[in-house]
Amino acid sequence: MSKYLLNKFLFTVDRDPDLVERYREDPGALVAEWEATYANRILGAHTGESSTWLRLEAEEREALTSHDYPRLFELGAHPFLTLTLFIAMFERDYAEPLGFQLEYARRVGHVAMPYPDIGT
Amino acid sequence: MAELVAVIASTHHPFYYKASTAVGEDRPPFADEWVRKIEAFRETLTRARPDVLVMVGSDHFHQLWLDNMPQFLIGKAPFYDANFYNEEREFGLPRMLMTGHEELSSHLLREGIDAGFDLAFSNELRLDHSITCPIITLRPQNDLPVVPVYTNIFAPPLPRPGRFVQLGRTIRELVEAWPSDQRVAVIGTGHLSLELGGPRQFGPTGPDPEFDRRAVEWIADGDIEGCLAEVTLDSLHLPGNATHGFMDFMLMMGVAGEGRKADYVDTVDLFHTMEAYFTWYPNGEQP
Repeated sequence: MSKYLLNKFLFTVDRDPDLVERYREDPGALVAEWEATYANRILGAHTGESSTWLRLEAEEREALTSHDYPRLFELGAHPFLTLTLFIAMFERDYAEPLGFQLEYARRVGHVAMPYPDIGT
Repeated sequence: MAELVAVIASTHHPFYYKASTAVGEDRPPFADEWVRKIEAFRETLTRARPDVLVMVGSDHFHQLWLDNMPQFLIGKAPFYDANFYNEEREFGLPRMLMTGHEELSSHLLREGIDAGFDLAFSNELRLDHSITCPIITLRPQNDLPVVPVYTNIFAPPLPRPGRFVQLGRTIRELVEAWPSDQRVAVIGTGHLSLELGGPRQFGPTGPDPEFDRRAVEWIADGDIEGCLAEVTLDSLHLPGNATHGFMDFMLMMGVAGEGRKADYVDTVDLFHTMEAYFTWYPNGEQP
């Protein structure tokens, strides 16, 4: 499990308008590129200093690649990060106000308390 | 010594700015009543005539991140830019620039560390909506210097509720011991019951109206003891998965003091959350 890295994906994509659009349009390509070039960047360090050991688990990569936000919730990704990024990508496709947010709630409705641990 | 002239605790609803500035068909039906309540709440700060604001909030994964996560952090900078691209995108919040108060920041850091809180600090901090929302609601002219205090209510492991209360008590002692003639208000924002990214999000009310009712009672009565007896890190999961933001209210109860009833209490039931507004005048008199 690499919840930290799942969160790092959601965090770094969400804050970059270009990455948000590319993740919406071609998630497979964006996830592969991100894992190859971004996953090991230390965000607060100078360019060139990186980690060497971070990689997604297969089920995490699959959940990201398939935009499977209920699965991300089950895997313990931070719900605020997931919600914020998926609103940015899909709210626009719904005519009613809160249409996407309410569908989101319904699609994670099978998860009972206590919710998956989000500790990293 | 400095005078603590107001203690204010509030929810921070990021959609207030959008709702209150919308016109015509875009204006939600609840906007007018919400604006009236906010303007009445704003008056409780205005009347206290503060010179400087200590602002307690919590970064929502904007600048602070899991590779280096502080539990409690105080900003010390001459200026703070504020609001981030994704807050502009989702909530329509404007970019802002706030002025800092480095002398009071230094005082709180030095004395806070000596009082037993190993506070982190930041000399370049971009503030998010946990601090800009109360500026928009309570001091929209944004004309006073601020000292930001960030707490971790977001990324486990979190400090326990009692630690938030202790920090609130300490902030009060330190403000009142600050050798200055400034009038200080302490403003903190958090949540009542709240669910984000889970099954109970964006319902017709907050996810747990019964928790909200009891929380408002604890805060309005200054019932720190009663609140601490019932609220734990585990129990806060039950009313909604983002309810740990209630600990910022507990911090503000610590600033206001045990048994100290709020001088002003108001609430607004909205879809998604209950909003709640509290003001204490520490010297006992309504200004």
